[in-house]
Amino acid sequence: MPTPSTSPVLQFEDVTMSFDGVAALSNVSFQAYAGESRAILGAAGSGKTVLLKAALGLVKPDSGRIFAFGRELTMLSEKELFDVRARIGMLFQESALFDSLTIEENVAYPLLNQKTMKVPKPEVRRRVAEALDFVELGGTLEKFPAELSGGMRRRAAIARAVVTAPPLILYDSPTAGLDPITAHTIMALIVKERDAAKTTTLMVTYRYQDGNLMANFRYNSERGRLELARHEGSTTFMVLREGRLIFEGDQDRLEASNDPYISRFVKQRT
Amino acid sequence: MLDLLKGPVLAIQEFFVLTGAAFRNILRKPHYGDDVALQMDAIGVGSLPITALIGAFSGAVMALQMSRALANYGQVSRTGTIVSITLVRELGPVLTAVMVAGRNASGIASELGSMKVTEQIDAMRALGTDPVQKLVTPRLLATAFMLPLLTIIADFVGMVGGWLIAVGYLNLTTRQFWTTAWQALEWNDVAQGLMKPLVFAMVIALIGCFYGLRASGGTQGVGRATTHAMVAATILIFILDLMITKVFVSS
Repeated sequence: MPTPSTSPVLQFEDVTMSFDGVAALSNVSFQAYAGESRAILGAAGSGKTVLLKAALGLVKPDSGRIFAFGRELTMLSEKELFDVRARIGMLFQESALFDSLTIEENVAYPLLNQKTMKVPKPEVRRRVAEALDFVELGGTLEKFPAELSGGMRRRAAIARAVVTAPPLILYDSPTAGLDPITAHTIMALIVKERDAAKTTTLMVTYRYQDGNLMANFRYNSERGRLELARHEGSTTFMVLREGRLIFEGDQDRLEASNDPYISRFVKQRT
Repeated sequence: MLDLLKGPVLAIQEFFVLTGAAFRNILRKPHYGDDVALQMDAIGVGSLPITALIGAFSGAVMALQMSRALANYGQVSRTGTIVSITLVRELGPVLTAVMVAGRNASGIASELGSMKVTEQIDAMRALGTDPVQKLVTPRLLATAFMLPLLTIIADFVGMVGGWLIAVGYLNLTTRQFWTTAWQALEWNDVAQGLMKPLVFAMVIALIGCFYGLRASGGTQGVGRATTHAMVAATILIFILDLMITKVFVSS
């Protein structure tokens, strides 16, 4: 359960942002607390990706404030932002693995390049192997991203996002462009990471079933598989439409909504 | 009218901001020595055959063309002078730079552009690396180091091309050619012959990186960035060539 008494891990305060005169985010405000899962639904161009990039400080808002771990990102320099980003894992939509590096080097990248990490070399190898085992890609260390399938690349990118054990992980459309079976595997990994490491999770997606899986399943570490277990209130749904946050609440409220835009997403439920 | 100017002025400002950051990073840690070496190999060693080839042919053509003009004054024996001066002052630096711009400004723009549109640049920033430090500064250093070297090689190979024509076609002796070629050169020529590639190298690397990092709109955007980088770098090379030549001629 989220604990509103503690300070939020991530907070947006009236954030507005536009690109070339087109609004990407309009007065978006929300707070995400430790251990909470958030599924952010929206169609293409609704501002989902921009929201995640703003949470990492990769883009700056025109107005409003963004806080991550109590630090106001909008006030930090790029150098200071590196310290905050070291505590946030991010899965980019197209995986964004570095083409010129092997999978092992890709996954080791944050361990070797984030100044706050200071991980000794033998430890790096162990943690990379561990992260790749977590996503069941143990045998791909020496391969290059181009040699892997789309689903495997997405899994390798998840390994890179979780290798530093960040307390907050952002997933940008993790299942986009994948077949249903691979999409389920990716979602299972996201739920597994959330429940095994107790991370705060923000996932943007255009597929309602991804949010549904996130809200109603949990990872049983003893049995090593996902189990149906609806844990009330720990997953919050948000719906973005043309940069505006038009809904924030639990799954029951989402499904009860009469808004035609929202019900178009909810009808996708499988 | 002001709105029309806004775009180009902003772009120029961004270019100078990038240039400033790239130069500042030369002294700042972390230094990516491996990347500098890799780029030196790609830009320098990779461009060596083509620049040597271009140098050889331009030296040979220069000797042939000038011999006709010199024959009018009975000065064919001074072919070495003309070949060495034109190569060291002008043809060597400009032709090498244009070749490297075609090969590497576009290469850099397409590589960085692809990284930009596939979010690898964002990923780099998210994972604790400054893309200017990791990508731009090594390319700037590598080009600034390799282009003067390539130019020296192109100059020399060009003179060899001129010598082959002088000996084989103009009936000059080897000694005649090389003595006149050597004596024609002054420090001023060598200085501008090295200053030009240094400045051109900065233009090639920074323009390539600038257009690459600004790429947007998928693969089409990468294509656009590549073309723009090549065209802009080539035009700037010729404009700066005129300016540097003016400075050296006046002094």
